[in-house]
Amino acid sequence: MLGVSKAFPGVRALEGVDFSVEPGEVHALMGENGAGKSTLIKVMTGAMAADAGEIRLDGHAVAIGSPSGARALGISAVYQEVNLVPTMSVTKNLTLGRQPKRFGLVSWSGARALARQRLKKLDVEIDVERPLGSYPVAIQQLVAIARALDDDTRVLVLDEPTASLDANETQLLFRIMRDLKARGIAMVFITHFIDQVYQIADRISVLRNGRLVGSAATPDLPPLKLVSTMLGRDYAGLHERRVTTSAAGTGAPVLSAVGLGRRRIMAPFDLELRAGEVVGLAGLLGSGRTEVAKLVFGALRADSGRLTVGGVDVTRGSPLRSIRLGMAFGPEDRKAEGLLLELSVRENIVMALQSKRGWLRRISREKQQELAERMIEALAIATSDAGRPVGQLSGGNQQKVVLARSLVSEPSILILDEPTRGIDVGAHADVVELIRELCGRGMALLVASSELDELVAFSDRVAVLRDRRMTGEIVGDAISRDSIIQTIAGAQS
Amino acid sequence: MSSAAKTETARRPHLLRAIFSHRAVWPLLALALILVVDGLISPGFFRIRIVEGRLFGNLIDILYRAMPTAVVALGMAVVIGTKGIDLSVGSIIAIVGAVISWRIHADDPHLAILFFALAVGVLCGLWNGFLVAVLDIQPIIATLILMTSGRGVGLLINLIYGGTNPSFTSPLLQGLSVGHVGLVPTRLVVGAAIFAALWLLIRRTALGLFLEAVGGNAAAARLTGVNARAVIFSAYLISGLCAAWAGVVLAADTHTSDPVSIGLYIELDAILAVVIGGGSLSGGRIYLGMTVLGALVIQALTTSILTSGLPPEYNLVVKAFVVIVVLLMQSNNLRTALYGLLPRRAR
Repeated sequence: MLGVSKAFPGVRALEGVDFSVEPGEVHALMGENGAGKSTLIKVMTGAMAADAGEIRLDGHAVAIGSPSGARALGISAVYQEVNLVPTMSVTKNLTLGRQPKRFGLVSWSGARALARQRLKKLDVEIDVERPLGSYPVAIQQLVAIARALDDDTRVLVLDEPTASLDANETQLLFRIMRDLKARGIAMVFITHFIDQVYQIADRISVLRNGRLVGSAATPDLPPLKLVSTMLGRDYAGLHERRVTTSAAGTGAPVLSAVGLGRRRIMAPFDLELRAGEVVGLAGLLGSGRTEVAKLVFGALRADSGRLTVGGVDVTRGSPLRSIRLGMAFGPEDRKAEGLLLELSVRENIVMALQSKRGWLRRISREKQQELAERMIEALAIATSDAGRPVGQLSGGNQQKVVLARSLVSEPSILILDEPTRGIDVGAHADVVELIRELCGRGMALLVASSELDELVAFSDRVAVLRDRRMTGEIVGDAISRDSIIQTIAGAQS
Repeated sequence: MSSAAKTETARRPHLLRAIFSHRAVWPLLALALILVVDGLISPGFFRIRIVEGRLFGNLIDILYRAMPTAVVALGMAVVIGTKGIDLSVGSIIAIVGAVISWRIHADDPHLAILFFALAVGVLCGLWNGFLVAVLDIQPIIATLILMTSGRGVGLLINLIYGGTNPSFTSPLLQGLSVGHVGLVPTRLVVGAAIFAALWLLIRRTALGLFLEAVGGNAAAARLTGVNARAVIFSAYLISGLCAAWAGVVLAADTHTSDPVSIGLYIELDAILAVVIGGGSLSGGRIYLGMTVLGALVIQALTTSILTSGLPPEYNLVVKAFVVIVVLLMQSNNLRTALYGLLPRRAR
């Protein structure tokens, strides 16, 4: 692919990207959210047309008009969300739309034979009559690959195939990828797992903000360099950070997690929070930041380890239990999990406090109004009045409502997941300032963020996550962008 | 045109907009229109007389007949507010009727029977709540189970003491259903009391906020500490109780246990009442007063078709037509289009 560009209204998704993949090669495509990976894949597989640039196959320019056009040229893709039908049999999934016909009717015996033959190529032998959904995710993934592979498939795109696989299942997938490689199939492999890239990829390309910012053979791009390329940070930057208050982190822990984890979601980790300190959670997208925040808040139930808050065992807790114990949580995805968009700003702000008080002790309308107005003023939320449906506010102001809701119950432990996602620069500084101030008042904060500068600015400690594992902790003055990047990249570099 | 006149014409559409954007406008207009047509067709439609010490007249009759549907619709409004639906209300009514008749034949004290009837409502509500909140079955399917089986349960209860459609008399229950307190029918007094109690429960405790939160965004509600399971249970419990009360009124009115036809299609009228009242099936908002208004629109329509001399066969078709008109008027797209017309006309 040469000089491929694609623009959406208001965004340049891809700008002059060159990308190539050779037969028998696994080429890893890396980048943070919104870097342009999906768009590039969609152009490659004909789901979208590029605005500029050309695509060449074996040196000849080709026009890929549609996904079926791409298939005809031998380019197939397996997407992250397995786009198969779980309730249908494996046979039907594998042959849907191209069933062998006999006398104009579908020949199911022929279809079964075809399905078995396709799976055999991947060394998979399963009962093809059982519904796909009855098999583990790894098998479903393999069926999806089997469906994507034709005899004449030349290029196979794998979009985060390992996202929901465990270690053994991932190895099974890699074995098959190596087989395909030996057969000369070119593969584009997209993943967030850094370790996996070094296990399987021959070459790595990194996208950032729609541009290709690095492309090299795997041995030439060590993890440290890869991570800093992805995050776009200068390797040698020195950055301002808050002077750690002497009192921070000396008291007894108000929250402690020991070996807390959940299979397939997050490897067991230890974490302690003390009054008056901010603990940052750093890591790339999909590294487990959100999962740690949710496990600690009780929004995700752990299946191993122990969690205590203020000496109370809440391992089998719930958000309500956590809130009653003085915790508050501001989730990352404000539309899906944060706000009640049809309800008013006022109702959204009092929601968590009302839950804490229980349904019988209703906060009076006047008191609700007063609390809402106080928070609107304190956080400078731009709304005409507190009765406005929160869905009508801008993104930044919605984010502030999430914060307001967490703060109004005056928690002693505040967990924030991406508190500055999608808000403008001014509001961003306000939020960072607010976090410092809350901490100064003796609150314990756990803040997950993808913004390194932000973490450096307010954290007393930073827990670093990688591939759903807590891999390190940086304390006090050792916290800097560089040290975080180095820890994310791993000790081997 | 002087500037004063200009601002005058500019302001008028805003006032119109304000009036026409209030959610009560369309159902009220529909109700008024139906009643005006009635008044034109049959003079004296609005006359209210006192006969044998109680109020009589078409308006009273509409209220009187609308009451069971309105009570069921109130429960339905709560369930719909949580993004659910309760199709089983008609069947709950059938079971309640059967239980009342059965226990009267068993010579239980009638006050205890009233209690049993409400207990049936509670049990049915808990069953629906269990299916939806604990087993996570889609509400339409979960309540379909009781909807289909409930009338059968009623018939089986009838079989316990023999007979199909056994009849009964009960001064207490019939007093609650067809009796009157002073001039006013008892069922209207009780209906008003149920409305008041429900309003207090929903709007003077935080339950209403929790119900709407669960209906609006269950994941977000859970993260803010709402016990979604308990809240959903309470919604189906309220609906079950409301249906049970309607069952007491309807069974006492007909003096019989007739599980096949009692309260037939009442779930549809109840859902319709909620929707005419501006409730959305996608949940998130509960309008109790508007729901009662919706039930009145439906009953006014039925009554006026019957009193107008049209063959009763027209009832369902005309009803469907009026419902479509009311719903069209509430459609956001159509409203936006109409608002677009208003200022242009004023200019």
